Amino acid sequence: MDRAQFNSLLNLQALSFTLVDLNLYLDTHPWDQRALAEYNTTALQYQACRQQYERAYGPLVNYGYSLSQAPWRWAVDPWPWEICWGEG
Amino acid sequence: MWIYERKLEYPVRVSRPDPRMAKNIITQYGGPDGELGASMRYLTQRYSMPTSQAKAVLTDIGTEEQAHMEIVAALVFNLIKDATPEEIKRAGLDGYYSDHDKAIYFVNAAGVPWTAAYIQSKGDPVADLHEDMAAEEKARATYEYLINLSDDPDVIDVLRFLREREVVHFQRFGETLDLMHEYLSHRRQF
Repeated sequence: MDRAQFNSLLNLQALSFTLVDLNLYLDTHPWDQRALAEYNTTALQYQACRQQYERAYGPLVNYGYSLSQAPWRWAVDPWPWEICWGEG
Repeated sequence: MWIYERKLEYPVRVSRPDPRMAKNIITQYGGPDGELGASMRYLTQRYSMPTSQAKAVLTDIGTEEQAHMEIVAALVFNLIKDATPEEIKRAGLDGYYSDHDKAIYFVNAAGVPWTAAYIQSKGDPVADLHEDMAAEEKARATYEYLINLSDDPDVIDVLRFLREREVVHFQRFGETLDLMHEYLSHRRQF
């Protein structure tokens, strides 16, 4: 994995972690409109960044949540636990 | 239904092979206060929760714990993948190696396999939520012990992230317990 791909993955990880944490917060604070607005804004941002990443590097999500170019680009290396920092 | 996103919730990197630390960290994979137990506990308790709010929290935290299992497995995988049999022997991981090579398996730090007896699903929402809060505190304490045992700044960084998530989950379960008490007292009135 080269530096550019690693950096866009890192950006996706940051956005998606924001969504995990806001989701849990909203589960116990459903009336917090500021948190809800941040959740929805970040979700749109995440979807846009994910699509951009997937056009360059292949699908990030299985079972039809991402599109694949030919040949099938899901069953390729590296898997998340195999990614090394600082390569390339 | 669950889907898989091919990225870790938090990036994992290790400075060097350290099979001794892998032997300790694996308890958060398959030990009594580890991530497998956490995920299974929450995802199975949700069926007997009386409120949508509690079902949502257990579904979402139970799902996040799956991501933590993957982070712990990635740590162990990277700490042992380049270790030599000699290093594995010196680290006291030779018993594990005899049974599993360098595969990832659900055991505690002493090699005892995971058991469903680590978790409870009581059918009483107040009892279950108290168990969940205690589980988060026990996992937090375990991550602190692991941080004390590590001298690898990259490993410590990941362990700190996981420790922090236990604190957040404890908070959300505490709020859920308050909402549950409110729901139950309201239901008794009418």
